[in-house]
This record gives sequence, C-alpha cells and structure tokens, in this order.
Amino acid sequence: MTPFIRIQNISKKFGKLLAVDDVSFNLERGELFSLLGPSGCGKTTLLRMLAGFEKPSEGYIEIDGQNMANVDPADRPVNIMFQSYALFPHMSVSNNIAYGLKRASLPSDEIKARVEELLRLVHLSGMGARKPSTLSGGQRQRVALARALARRPKLLLLDEPLAALDKKLRSETQFELVNIQEQLGTTFIVVTHDQEEAMTLSTRIGVMDNGKLVQTATPNEIYEKPETRFVADFVGDISFLEATVIERTGKYWLMEAATPIYAIGSSTLTSGMKVSLAIRPEKITLTSQSTGHLNEFPVEIEDWAFYGAGTQYKVIGPDGIKLKVYQSHNQPSHANPRHLETGFVHFSPDATIILEG
Amino acid sequence: MRSTVPLLVKLLATAGFGILYIPVMMMMIYSFNRGKLVSVWAGFSTKWYKELWYDDVLLTALYKSLLIGFSSATISTIFGLLIAIAFLRFSNFRGRLFLSLFASAPLVMPEAVTGLSMLLLFIAMEASFGWPSGRAVDTIMIAHATFGMCCAAVVIQTRLRDIDKSLEEAAKDLGGRQPFVFLSIILPLILPSIIAAWLLSFTLSFDDLVIASFVSGPGSSTLPIVIFSKIRLGVSPEINAIATLMILTISALVMIGSFLVLRRDGKK
Ligand SMILES: Nc1ncnc2c1ncn2[C@@H]1O[C@H](COP(=O)(O)OP(=O)(O)OP(=O)(O)O)[C@@H](O)[C@H]1O
Ligand SMILES: [Mg+2]
Repeated sequence: MTPFIRIQNISKKFGKLLAVDDVSFNLERGELFSLLGPSGCGKTTLLRMLAGFEKPSEGYIEIDGQNMANVDPADRPVNIMFQSYALFPHMSVSNNIAYGLKRASLPSDEIKARVEELLRLVHLSGMGARKPSTLSGGQRQRVALARALARRPKLLLLDEPLAALDKKLRSETQFELVNIQEQLGTTFIVVTHDQEEAMTLSTRIGVMDNGKLVQTATPNEIYEKPETRFVADFVGDISFLEATVIERTGKYWLMEAATPIYAIGSSTLTSGMKVSLAIRPEKITLTSQSTGHLNEFPVEIEDWAFYGAGTQYKVIGPDGIKLKVYQSHNQPSHANPRHLETGFVHFSPDATIILEG
Repeated sequence: MRSTVPLLVKLLATAGFGILYIPVMMMMIYSFNRGKLVSVWAGFSTKWYKELWYDDVLLTALYKSLLIGFSSATISTIFGLLIAIAFLRFSNFRGRLFLSLFASAPLVMPEAVTGLSMLLLFIAMEASFGWPSGRAVDTIMIAHATFGMCCAAVVIQTRLRDIDKSLEEAAKDLGGRQPFVFLSIILPLILPSIIAAWLLSFTLSFDDLVIASFVSGPGSSTLPIVIFSKIRLGVSPEINAIATLMILTISALVMIGSFLVLRRDGKK
C-alpha cells in the first residue's frame, strides 16, 4: 500500500542557498506531524512547496496517489494556515470562512450551513458578522483555522499556528487543535520551533537542521532516543559528557568520563571509542549524602533556579564536568537540598544516551 | 510631562501660516466686495459670482479644465495602478530600478522642462505621423495624464506595500484564481488609495498653468490660463470670485484624498 502522503527527496535552492536539502518522509492518513527546528532551517519553505507556492528544485510530492508536480495551489487538496493568519481584513468572519467554499461553487444555503458548522467547531458561533480587526489574537487564530478547514483538505499545513498567542492561551489552544484534528481525522503538518509544542501536539516529529530532516520519530522516541547530538540538544534540556568506552560488563558498557560510568548502549561499540554520553536533568537524583548507587559521584552546586514544580540545579562534578539536574518537588517533606553547596548525584545506566561521533 | 513649545517656534509658525493664508483669506473676503477696486472695501455683495455665471470665456475654460481633469485623472490612475502593481508584485523584473527612477523623476522635474519636452514630442509626432494635429484639449490631456500617472503610482504604491503578501497566497490557496483574487482581495484594500490618487491627479491637472501653457493651442485655454491672461489686464473682483471657488473645490478634494490615504482598515 502506498502511503497517503509521500515526500520524496525534496530539495529547494534559492540561488546558491540550499534551503531544503533532500528531505523524504511519508505520512499516514490522520497523522499530526510536527516539523521542528531552529529559525531558518527551511520549515516554512518545505510547507510552501507542499502548498504549491514554491516549486521544488528536485524531488516530488504525492498526495493520496496524485503527483503534485504540476498542480496549481488552487487545485491542491491542501490548505495552509499562515503564521500571520492572513485573514482578509475587509471581510467579515463568515465571509472569510466562506471564501474557499464560494470558489468551489457550492449552493449558498450549503455554504451557510458549513460556515455555521465551522464556527461551532472553533467555538466562535455568533461571531460570524464581526470583522477580523475586532477579534482577539486567539479568536483570529481560530478563524484562520476554520477558514483553512472549510474545503475539507486532505492535508492541512499550519505554520507556527500558536506563535502569536500568550503562554496560557497557547496551551489551551494546543489541546483544542489536537481535539479538532482527532474529530476530523484530517492529516496535519504543524511547523514550530517550540519543542514543547511539538511534544504536546504530535503523533510524530520531524527535526530539521540546516535544510535536512535529521530524525523522524514519535515525541517519546525523539526525547528518549535522539539519534544525533543536535536532536538531543534541541529537544529538551540535556547535559553531555565526553567519555571513552572501556569494556562491556554484563548488560552495560563501562565508560570513563572523569569518573567511571555505566551506560546502556548497542553492541556496536568497541573499547577505546570516544562517545558523547547524554543525560536528561530529570533522570539525575541529587542527594546530600552518598547513597551507594551505581553512577554516583560527588558534586559542587554552582547554581539553582526554582520553577515551582521543581528546582533546576547546575552542578560541577569531578574534573569540571557540568551537569544539569532537575528535582521535582513531589514529596512535601522532601528535604530540600537547595541550600546545599555540595552533594552527590546518581543516575541509572538505563537513563543514559550514547551518541557516537 | 507636558512638552512646552518654545516661544520662537510659536512665533515663526504663526508668521509662516500667516504669510501663507492671510492673502488667501483677503482674496476670499474681497470676492464679496461690492466695489470694483480690489483694495477698498465698499460693502458686501455677491454680484461678482453672478457675473461669473454670464462670462462665456470663463465658463468655456472651466468646462475644458473639468474635461481635461476628469479624463487625465482617470488615465493617470489606471496607469499609476499598473505601475504600482508591477513594482510591488513582480519585484525582480529587468530594469526595475530604471523604471522606478523614471516613474518618480517627473515629480521633481521643473514643470517648464516637462511642458517644453512634451511640446517638442507633440511637434515631432505631428511631423512624423500627423497626430496630434495642432495643440488642443487632447495634448493637454496627455501631458497631464503623464504627470499625474507618476503621482498616482506613488500614492497607490504606498498603500499596496502595506498589504501582507500572504493575503493573496491565502486566497489562491482557497481556490481563487487571477484576476478574481486581485478583484476580491487586493482591489478593495487599495480602493481608498485609488480614489485618493484620482483626486490628486485631478487637482494637479485642474490647477496646472505651466505645462498647459506649453501644450495648449488656440481655443483650448484652460481655466488657469484664462485667469492668468485676465490678471495681466488688471485684477478684477471677478477673478477673486473664481479663485475662491477653485480654492474651495480643490481643498475639498485634497482633504478627501488625504483622509482616504491616512485611514486604515479598522482600529489596530
Ligand atoms: N524567497 C526566498 N528567497 C531566498 N531565500 C529564501 C526565500 N525564502 C526563504 N529563504 C531562505 O531559506 C532559508 C529557510 O527559510 P525558511 O523560511 O524556510 O525558514 P524557517 O525554518 O521557516 O525559519 P523560521 O523558524 O524563522 O520561520 C532561510 O535561510 C531563508 O533566508
Ligand atoms: Mg518560518
């Protein structure tokens, strides 16, 4: 069976600049795929090629078995929600939503019913007569979403849909977006450079760097099993330790990184290899006394920051190795070590990530 | 904190506006003078306005000025719109820089130069293919349209530049095709500037004396030309009356125009 959406070796050159570099991935029907990456890595360019506003320099795009190469943006089963929303300022909310329906020359009572239905979907019933300029940022965002959904696209592209919203509205809207997506079963590609947003929203995430798609996986895999140092660093907080492989001891590999460390890793490692060990802050436990755990060593506490639900520490271990440690305040009686100046950290070998090269 | 305007600035501003507007006010007041002398007040009367109504030369000139104004403003606006679109929507065509220089040069060129070069062009054209035969209403119209086109392009461009390009893409994405996308999205948004451009071109044409004197022929005198020739025989209160009417009309048009240019859709 061919995949619903197939993106095959797509590249885009602007003069000498390679904005999108040989990107390939497939999407199943109903997926919510996030494109994540730093500013300027080519996310918008990739979306614009899918919508048909830019012609790929190489490669091809297939949607539901149909090659998109020579299909005009107006004829693609794809709609896009722009970062700026691009609502038509001289039209009412209803007319904005109806614009695409009128182009499909539907009968007017059908258009009216569909507009009402969409307004209900995005919780804007009764606001159809308002002009976009009289709406709040969140309301505008929902009008833009309704307008993009109106023609029942097979693929909906959203370019940083939540970028203009404040933090609280943002998290509410994230869930709403997921709800709507599940309700309609439309395939979504959401561009963002906010990794938390990508984690919350998506069934799968594609991480882009410098025009290349470096890893495509579920949010959990991206977080727990990043394949490159770039992905590990870009998604969530992480500390790196430069280590040398010593030997295999049972289930784990023994490494030397200023202090002996046991880590889990594939059997392709060999003794003497240089690797990066990555470890997430919340996987590390900070204690005031030694507890005798595996992978324990003494540290000095350099700095800490209180986050309400937890505290983030910056600690320095033997030989100056730096680690970030996050302790959640899950026990009220937890002896709060934040006034400590020295302590011990330990972490499970299973929580480590070995990045080769 | 309130900023206080220095006294000197206040004085200079008052003097400046005074020099600019007191003569205009005087002229308006004296257009209601009963006496024939321009500088001696002899009581209120509207007789000069009545006299205007029976002055065939002035009325014919007014008709020609209006005709030239309407047609040249319309041509200017259409071409100005096309230039503005070409500049902003097709940003990378060859010779763009030259065209943009050429399009704004007439705004700063001395009118006498523009007028003279137009005259030379018309003479050369007549010599080579017989049109336009002589100078008349049509030559003034063409000259004014050329000049007005540049102003119209500038006015419309200012507005068009503010319009988010993604609006057009959104319309295409939703199944719209050209020219429908232009008519349904861009045109309504730039309509105020189009009207403003038309009013501005009309005003420029309606009170132009210099260019019109170069390219007008016998029997095609516009209102400013007639007024100017009358003044050489001495200022009569009748001139004050027609000038008052012109000032009122043109200020009204300019005010509508600037209002339309400055207005933005909705409140931000
Ligand atoms: N029309 C264009 N002409 C030339 N270069 C372009 C064009 N559009 C984008 N680029 C370049 O391509 C690269 C990728 O741009 P793109 O807009 O896709 O980045 P992005 O990942 O969306 O970034 P952001 O997160 O800041 O929106 C950038 O270096 C940009 O300068
Ligand atoms: Mg972008």
